Amino acid sequence: MEEGCNHKHRFASVDDLRPLEEILKRYEKEKGALIPLLQETQEAYGYLDEKIMRMLAKKAGYQLSQIYGVATFYTQFRLQPIGEYLIKVCHGTACHVAGADLITEEVCNQLGIKEKETTPDGKFTLESVMCVGACSLSPIMIVGEDTHGKLKPTAIKKILKSYYGEPKEEDE
Amino acid sequence: MGEERTRYKLVLGYGTCGIAAGANAVKTALEEAVEKGSYDVDLDIAGCMGYCFKEPIIEVTDRERDYSVVYGDLDAKKVLQVLEEHILNGRVIEEWVVRKSDDPSFGEGDFLANQHRIVLRNCGRINPESIDEYIAVGGYQAARKALTQMTSEEVIDEVSKSGLRGRGGAGFPTGTKWGFARKARGEEKYLVCNADEGDPGAFMDRSVLEGDPHSVIEGMIIAGYAIGAKQGYIYCRAEYPLALKRLEIAIDHLHQRGYLGKGIFGTDWDFDIKIKKGAGAFVCGEETALMASIEGRRGMPNPRPPFPANEGLWRKPTNINNVETLAAVPWIISHGGDKYAELGTEKSKGTKVFCLAGKVRRSGLAEVPMGYTLRQVIFDVGGGVREGKEFKAVQMGGPSGGCLPAELLDTPVDYEAITATGAIMGSGGMIVADSSTCMVDLARYFLSFTQEESCGKCVPCRIGTKRMLEILTRICEGKGVPEDMEKLQTLAADIKAASLCALGGTAPNPVLTTLKYFRNEYEDHILRHKCTAGVCPALITLFINEETCTGCGACLKVCPTGAISGEKKEPHKIDPELCIRCKLCLSRCPTESIWAE
Repeated sequence: MEEGCNHKHRFASVDDLRPLEEILKRYEKEKGALIPLLQETQEAYGYLDEKIMRMLAKKAGYQLSQIYGVATFYTQFRLQPIGEYLIKVCHGTACHVAGADLITEEVCNQLGIKEKETTPDGKFTLESVMCVGACSLSPIMIVGEDTHGKLKPTAIKKILKSYYGEPKEEDE
Repeated sequence: MGEERTRYKLVLGYGTCGIAAGANAVKTALEEAVEKGSYDVDLDIAGCMGYCFKEPIIEVTDRERDYSVVYGDLDAKKVLQVLEEHILNGRVIEEWVVRKSDDPSFGEGDFLANQHRIVLRNCGRINPESIDEYIAVGGYQAARKALTQMTSEEVIDEVSKSGLRGRGGAGFPTGTKWGFARKARGEEKYLVCNADEGDPGAFMDRSVLEGDPHSVIEGMIIAGYAIGAKQGYIYCRAEYPLALKRLEIAIDHLHQRGYLGKGIFGTDWDFDIKIKKGAGAFVCGEETALMASIEGRRGMPNPRPPFPANEGLWRKPTNINNVETLAAVPWIISHGGDKYAELGTEKSKGTKVFCLAGKVRRSGLAEVPMGYTLRQVIFDVGGGVREGKEFKAVQMGGPSGGCLPAELLDTPVDYEAITATGAIMGSGGMIVADSSTCMVDLARYFLSFTQEESCGKCVPCRIGTKRMLEILTRICEGKGVPEDMEKLQTLAADIKAASLCALGGTAPNPVLTTLKYFRNEYEDHILRHKCTAGVCPALITLFINEETCTGCGACLKVCPTGAISGEKKEPHKIDPELCIRCKLCLSRCPTESIWAE
């Protein structure tokens, strides 16, 4: 089940332009396709590298400023590479009321990083996100593809540790 | 899926909440056990049944006795016990039962018994990944009826008669909106389903898309026919991967059946749908921003007029409806507009889905007729406040809405009545707050949200919300001055009047309603330097109860500043000089001996 297991994202190197060319080909005829183009490019490379954006502008006939404008407007797009697992701590209303700040703080404590930073070993990147729509399980954090709900700060250490060992099957 | 009929049918709640609560482990355990053992059951999945507070959930239906039981709070072990006891031995495990079909007073049965489900009619009841199951419950009959037996004007009349109003928040009459798009000049028109559910605390659109995607698509087919649009778009948040996946499956199935594409239902009408994935911008819930985003631009709103009905997507006439609105349409066409209009109040007809969350006992989906009071929704359906605590406020409508106090609990759910309080119906999020929620902090939270999400195009929203946020932050830090309350009020009025779109126009609502109904909390923060809810770090002191502290040392270990001291097995103490009020100790204490004041 894809929702349950941990994917080790393998991203293409920014020197390899084949994924980008394939994506460009797929959207050749579609009008207004800049956002899906960037979404798929990010999926392939993990982030939007400057070199890739320049190439995209040239090949798909956009101004670089247009691409940069869209890439910086939407929160989904990243201009920096991320770690193996992206940790998204939900800060929607229900999570906020249930103490999401304490969850973020504890993740920071455990990993020794701040928000939007990546651990030195390249394992985790920490982000805050707005509502993921699973409010009844607040507070929530998503690690890679796994959702962990009804969190307590005390549970964070164990959850994070589980991503260093064997791939685990179950949620907390 | 039941060609040979087994006696029992087991349906697992398999929406995002269920999966987050551990439904995958339950599913694996069930599948393995059923494969190995000889149980007279078949397995199926469904979207969210609405009992989010009891996930993971299964419903066991006894086909012989036409009777069903819902079990909640399951895990991989418990579900095997259900197989053993219920399926093999025929004994219901009473203590895990959430609902019995023949006894609504049992367990949490009144959660559903107090609802009236139209939009959620199939959610949790059919497999959302199977078009056959949707057709088996009458799916696509309404679209077929509209396209083969009704003119587009008749369809619009029927929807107008139902009194259906836009469920995305604004409450504009759907029939009238369709009429505008119908009358607009132009060969090429577009229909857009707004599934960019951005309000934190609202998840009804996600639940409908995950639990019954076909109902939304059927609504789109009908709407497309009514306004004369041959191309539909679903603009859905990328944060909803499961909803996107189920929509894709549904659209694939429809192409295979010839229900989408050229000449659908044997008529000469063409209609097709494309999915557009949002990229994370709250402002894209606004119609003109949403269209800019579909066109591949920065999602910034444009002044209206021109209205989308005349000049929308790629400058063609465009009609935009919300997920919940569209999901109600097939029911209205099947049952008639009059039938729908029997429910509700004079100006707000039909039903509305609310998402109960926060400190409410039963969080989940509640669909009730318009006109129900907030009290009925929160107490009769939602079961009141968790842990028997006292109700303090309900936050309605997310960042555009407001916080209503206990005195207003008898307000009916009705667009005009809710607006009169200063809140808005909004998309339907209801976050219940108890005494541990600070209303000033909550207002600050919403302002930080809108400030972050402001697209920056117009000054009142971009700079006005920033100034409001600075004032609120200052108050939460104990640096507020008495004039701040008046300043907030003035700024709010200006931002409301001068903002370009509804994001800015409604952003001050959380502040205005808290100032109106919870002014004492602002005064506590500013004049008395107190946060009675114990939330704002600068205004609280942490204490350890020496009588219940066991001296386990858990707090001492986590304290980042070394403010806690004490011998092992002796009561500990917090030095308020060193304490930075991060509350890590509070969450670690196994005996709940630490409190904030």
